[in-house]
Amino acid sequence: MPDYNWPEPDSAALVGKRISRVDGPAKVTGTAKYTYDVTRPGMLYAKVLRSPYAHCRIVSIDVSAAEKLPGVEAVYVVQGAGTEIHWQGDDIAAVAAVDEQTAEDAVQNIKVQYKQLAHLVQEEDLSKAGDRAKPAAEQVVGNPDEAFAAAEAVTVEGYYGTSVVTHCCLESHGFVAEWEGDTLTVYPSTQAVERLTGQFAEALKIPATNVHTMMQYVGGGFGSKFAVDRWGIAAAHLAKQTGKPVKLMLERAPEQMVAGNRPSVYAKVKIAAKPDGTLTAWESDSWSTGGMGGGGSPPMPYIWNFPHQRKRHTAVSINAGSARAWRAPNHPQGCYVTMCSIEDLAAKLKMDPLDLVLKNIALTGERSELYRQELLKAAELMEWKRRWHPRAQGSPGPVKQGLGLALHTWAGRGHAAECRITIHPDGYVEVSTCTQDIGTGTRTVIAIVAAETLGVPMEMVKLNIGDNHLPPGGSSGGSTTVGGVSSSTRRAAMDAREQLFARIASGLGTTAENLETVNGTVRVKNDPSKGFTWKQAAAKLGVNPVSAMGKNPDEAKGALTSSGVGGVQMADVSVDTETGVVRVNKMVAVQDCGLIVDMKTAESQVYGAMIMGIGYTLFEERVMDEITGRMLNPNMEFYKLAGLADTPEMVVHMWTDAEQQKRGVIGLGEPPTISPGAAIANAVANATGVRVPTLPLTPDKVLAALEKGGLA
Amino acid sequence: MADKRKDKAEETTKAGISRRKFLKGVGVGGGMLGSGVLSGSLLQDGHGAQAAATKVLGPGAVAIELNVNGKRWPLTLEPRVTLLEALRDHLELTGAKKVCDRASCGACTVILDGSPVYSCSVFAIEAQGKTIQTVESLADGDTLHPVQAAFVENDAQQCGFCTPGFVMATKALLDKYPNPTAEQMRLALGGNLCRCGTYVGIRQAVMQAAQNSPQNSHQNSKTRAPQAGRQSRAGGGHSNA
Repeated sequence: MPDYNWPEPDSAALVGKRISRVDGPAKVTGTAKYTYDVTRPGMLYAKVLRSPYAHCRIVSIDVSAAEKLPGVEAVYVVQGAGTEIHWQGDDIAAVAAVDEQTAEDAVQNIKVQYKQLAHLVQEEDLSKAGDRAKPAAEQVVGNPDEAFAAAEAVTVEGYYGTSVVTHCCLESHGFVAEWEGDTLTVYPSTQAVERLTGQFAEALKIPATNVHTMMQYVGGGFGSKFAVDRWGIAAAHLAKQTGKPVKLMLERAPEQMVAGNRPSVYAKVKIAAKPDGTLTAWESDSWSTGGMGGGGSPPMPYIWNFPHQRKRHTAVSINAGSARAWRAPNHPQGCYVTMCSIEDLAAKLKMDPLDLVLKNIALTGERSELYRQELLKAAELMEWKRRWHPRAQGSPGPVKQGLGLALHTWAGRGHAAECRITIHPDGYVEVSTCTQDIGTGTRTVIAIVAAETLGVPMEMVKLNIGDNHLPPGGSSGGSTTVGGVSSSTRRAAMDAREQLFARIASGLGTTAENLETVNGTVRVKNDPSKGFTWKQAAAKLGVNPVSAMGKNPDEAKGALTSSGVGGVQMADVSVDTETGVVRVNKMVAVQDCGLIVDMKTAESQVYGAMIMGIGYTLFEERVMDEITGRMLNPNMEFYKLAGLADTPEMVVHMWTDAEQQKRGVIGLGEPPTISPGAAIANAVANATGVRVPTLPLTPDKVLAALEKGGLA
Repeated sequence: MADKRKDKAEETTKAGISRRKFLKGVGVGGGMLGSGVLSGSLLQDGHGAQAAATKVLGPGAVAIELNVNGKRWPLTLEPRVTLLEALRDHLELTGAKKVCDRASCGACTVILDGSPVYSCSVFAIEAQGKTIQTVESLADGDTLHPVQAAFVENDAQQCGFCTPGFVMATKALLDKYPNPTAEQMRLALGGNLCRCGTYVGIRQAVMQAAQNSPQNSHQNSKTRAPQAGRQSRAGGGHSNA
């Protein structure tokens, strides 16, 4: 049995190098087919009538006019008379027609009588939440009362919050559904091709074996695309009713209203330290919403294990679209509240926050030494010690510059995944696993691992992914994919290689254990003159390919993935104190994530996460109107993403020492999106001398904070 | 013909624009309005120059012809069908994407008579008689266009959904300014949005593609273009600056 491990960095031909993503050409030429691009013969287009109200009951629904419209082939009532609707945009009825325009006309011809009910759509003012607020039990660690009462304690109190933000996937959620007899074929836009199988089967009461799900490309998910959703079931019903394929993609407004958002958090925090900056006590009263279901409870204090703590959290149920996992669920909120309060304490103590966090680094637990080194590296890249100044003591004039920092962590252990590798007699290698590439580079990583292990060029590797008839490859969530699929691929490739060696060793006058694959050859170890080219070796297989399965985890075959990554980010901002506009000048990220398979796409994850972070820190928020119960910005001109012009100078430093190499492959997609909120907000506080309490840091809030602080 | 007579007989305001013509101008040219430029026919109607040529189309399907990627395509579609829908649903050119559907994000960018436009906000019937270039036209077989090659090399893409729009916006920029300044790039690509945050790679890709641009050797690098950006749309709309 081979020794299941990763290649040593100095011997690796591909692993850890900078390799362009293998599906790049398909994406830049427009030939990559997303679900939104799928066209089937005779396909109909579906549109959905959605509730205009945040809370109402459907009194009656009349679809007859819609049904009679020429070109309309079916109407499916999703939620009929008598149903209570709990948020604006919820699905009421779906129409399938010959084209999009006719379907839109038909939706407008559905007559619904609603009885409006009382709603609550805002949560920041907890006093107005009434019985919609559900407090959880208080949690206490140590003796916080004593710690805060200590004579020497220096305390600081603050209020911090992050608003609800949406996933805003560029490819909206949706499906193409098609029946052949009792078998349903679905093209979903999803992060979970195989998981949808069971969801469709259960909802439609058909055997899971009758559901075929296929997807090659998905235009973003960020945690919002794991479910079949009401509209997916509606598409399947419409396809059944009409006997034709049906495409149902959400319009931009419902995408923003109902297809996913990140819970808010608001918190009143008090922390205490000794005069030398040693952190002693934490107390927080926090609340959040995730829609009807309440909302997540962010980990607080985040990373810093204060010896004494008291925490109370309240979930608020509101009448708005439900939260979904949003890239590193709960961590950005917890990081924001915690790191902002620590920065405020440092300011009160007149300490450089870098010194304060270094002084307390042991409170971060077993990662503390790595954090310390990462902080120092980030400080070097930001020239922190040369450039940091005490609050509001930077440049004269109306534009103020400042620095801020934050730290984060994530788990990221590789999930369960299986992979089949076949070496064909013509030398081509087939890798089959039902995973999906959500833009993180999953295809590229799998191809690198297979090619590295077999010593062949990546062009020889053919990938089959995104089809539930393939071996299970897991969902793309929790940054668990790269560890899962790279481990299963590595084991499958090593086993396939062993089989190949066993079949051809005698032809080289040796035995399997004396063979190795290097740079397109199969040769005898210690006698490189004896060997075959890869193609010659594969040809020796005759008519029978070799095929092997690999899986993760597989205790008998060692661990190729582990858990626990982290990083440090620093931000340099300018704040125009006359206009309230914040600009990020530079960001630095130092990030560890075990063994990196492809440096190029790994760095892209960090750059992208930080840019998404700039978006939620400066621009993004779901704006709800309490009077009408409606979302005021379900679009992309008033729900603002960061653009090219908002992108600062960015420095990404991946931590790749020998220790990380030994840890195996660990996920990266989520962790770097955690710190930007706190790092940028702390830089704004450093620049201006005032705390802008809640994200996003829009000009109006910056000006209000300056005025409150007497600095306007 | 009946329409012509009606138009001629119609009362005009003192400014020379009839209410009916104004609405028609907005209706047909609405996409262009959305893109920040008044419909040419509306402006000229104001001076009475083209009133006679205005023709009411629809609401039923009409026969039109589009010149896409060097080929002429006869199509029958309703006047309300956008250029994006015509390309995607009628010609199966699915590189351009509908994302915001209202000229905010640039995922639907195609090049119309040499200028980048939001095809979600141009009616197909408006695009008649103009040359339309889509992302599908750039590569020569397996050989990528320099812009495309630079996007791959610099990993200027993640999920890839915005990528065709960025590629076309970049091509239009480099066609006009083979050596763009950072400011020209910012303006020209400011009307495109990426959710995965690939702007660092995009910046590098644009500069690399500029270096590899075939026109570059003919360009006098001392000639600084006065202004970048899109004639037919607002660029830089997403900057807070």
